[in-house]
Amino acid sequence: MENSRRTFLKIAGISALGLSAKPVFNAFAVSEEHGGKKEAKVLPKKGALTAKRWALVIDTTKFKSAKDLEPIIEACHKIHNIPVFENKRHEIKWIWEEEFKHAFPDLENEHINDRIKSLPFLVLCNQCQDAPCVRACPTKATFKQEDGIVAMDFHRCIGCRFCMAACPYGSRSFNFRDPRPFIKETNKKFPTRMKGVVEKCNFCSELLAEGKQPACVEASGGALIFGDLEDPESEVRKLLKSNYTIRRKTALGTGPSIYYIV
Amino acid sequence: MLELAFKGSKRYYGWMTALLAVIGVGFGCYLWQLSFGLGITGMSRDVSWGFYIAQFTFLVGVAASAVMLVLPYYLHNYKAFGKITILGEFLAVSSVTMCLLFIIVDLGQPMRAFNVILYPTPNSILFWDMIVLNGYLFLNVVIGWQVLEAERNSVAPPAWVKPLIYVSIPWAVSIHTVTAFLYCGLPGRGFWLTAILAPRFLASAFAAGPSFLILLCLIIRKLTKFDPGKEQIQTLAKIVTYGIIMNVFFLLCEVFVVFYSKIPEHMDHMKYLFVGLHGHGVLVPWMWTSVSLMLTAIILLVNPMTRKNEPVLAVACLCVFFGTWIDKGLGMISGGFVPSPLHHVNEYVPTIPEIIITMGVYATGFLVLTALFKMAVSVKEELSA
Repeated sequence: MENSRRTFLKIAGISALGLSAKPVFNAFAVSEEHGGKKEAKVLPKKGALTAKRWALVIDTTKFKSAKDLEPIIEACHKIHNIPVFENKRHEIKWIWEEEFKHAFPDLENEHINDRIKSLPFLVLCNQCQDAPCVRACPTKATFKQEDGIVAMDFHRCIGCRFCMAACPYGSRSFNFRDPRPFIKETNKKFPTRMKGVVEKCNFCSELLAEGKQPACVEASGGALIFGDLEDPESEVRKLLKSNYTIRRKTALGTGPSIYYIV
Repeated sequence: MLELAFKGSKRYYGWMTALLAVIGVGFGCYLWQLSFGLGITGMSRDVSWGFYIAQFTFLVGVAASAVMLVLPYYLHNYKAFGKITILGEFLAVSSVTMCLLFIIVDLGQPMRAFNVILYPTPNSILFWDMIVLNGYLFLNVVIGWQVLEAERNSVAPPAWVKPLIYVSIPWAVSIHTVTAFLYCGLPGRGFWLTAILAPRFLASAFAAGPSFLILLCLIIRKLTKFDPGKEQIQTLAKIVTYGIIMNVFFLLCEVFVVFYSKIPEHMDHMKYLFVGLHGHGVLVPWMWTSVSLMLTAIILLVNPMTRKNEPVLAVACLCVFFGTWIDKGLGMISGGFVPSPLHHVNEYVPTIPEIIITMGVYATGFLVLTALFKMAVSVKEELSA
């Protein structure tokens, strides 16, 4: 009796271990070419804006003061249901302003010209080509889309915050508490988040799917220009060709998709 | 064998009840955290990992240090350690238990923890940490149990345990290496971006773990009829000596590189920890305490006169344990997040509920540790009776 119970427990234990290990083995199997079951391809919606790699050019010469940035930040935070917390520790932001020395700490220059010194810079997720957050995420809740956008699945995120440690731009926020009571006006077209998950700018994927430009671009009055970096005829490429631009912390090799005309 | 953990003196039951009480309070606070969110902690957008992850990091080291008993005994046939190897393995079991609990309490969505297995992501170091930690727990539970049971029955352990023991040696190194890789592979976090992080973690582990084990051995000798042995304690003391010297040496290597190169991204974290940055320096007194404790310990341990004196050795071990605890359990994680990648200085201080939850996890670990040690010691007492 004793013996058979013991044997049963052993077999049950080993089977449980085996079953839980299966998806792990699958991951390695699928990564091999011939493991291939074909995954269904999601086609873009009719009229959607598509690109090989979306990029944003921020023409800082068009900004004079923080006032000019406010409507841009407001537009983004409004449609994405960003809560407003009094406690700064719990702050959530997708796009915000920083002084030059904070946005570009590696370009420190105490004798920089007055305009740049006093000009607030817009910062947001850089939608990196080789994103450290995508590498760090243990559940693929943060992943790279085919159009270059670093996207998030709020429903898969376990809230380990490895991505926040990995991001060299401080672009990620965590829901330290339930954000819903702190959203001024809920936009029903975009999901609100729950406590315990990370979030960040998604380059307005949901608007692109409807053929619209990102909210910040729409609200910028032409100071923000959005387009396909891989298309030599796109407006962003033309701007990059005719203007000197900088990107944040390029030495880290992340390949940011946000360019600043200074 | 488990029945041995249920038969004990009043003092044993009193201690276990006290631990259960702490666990209860900690669990209560955890339920609060579960309903409110991690907002009840001191963590923030800039310092997104805090006390929990720091304790996790420190305890991975304590767990890995079991190898310092297993390796001399099984690879070098150092017989004296045969008597206490089980203590090292059981210490590893309780430490890994705490590590896993600290990860769970740190998750924003703990009920989704299994997503790590459902959507395995080999490019994430956290995925590998999950594998090595659970594997190490499994190895030590099986090995410890089998060896102790065999000892109780006065037979040799089954032959299949041997390969597991050999695997457990590099595995111990792997758990702390992978844990260091969580941090040192992140661009833009200059404090951690150093190839010496894993060796440094291991050095402090091989100091902290065995020093804690020496203290446990002294307690066991005092409270039970089992004497872990003078020679054993002295050999452990030598291991602690090498470990703590290596740890301080590695720290000095870091200090040199950081302050001689003067690259702000690397230097500012060290400045924040040891002298304060832009008027912020909540950890400065702690860090200097840590350094003084570690240096005091080195003086006491290097000198054979003081090392061989057990009460002094106990003091040295306390110095090592708390010195390395401050270094890793307080400074290592906050230090990496302050200043932030955008060079803002937002400090982190744990909140009261956060500390209570932490104590609850520690109490759970001590409960497991006490029960396992009770079993081991009871078997030893049975045999010598």
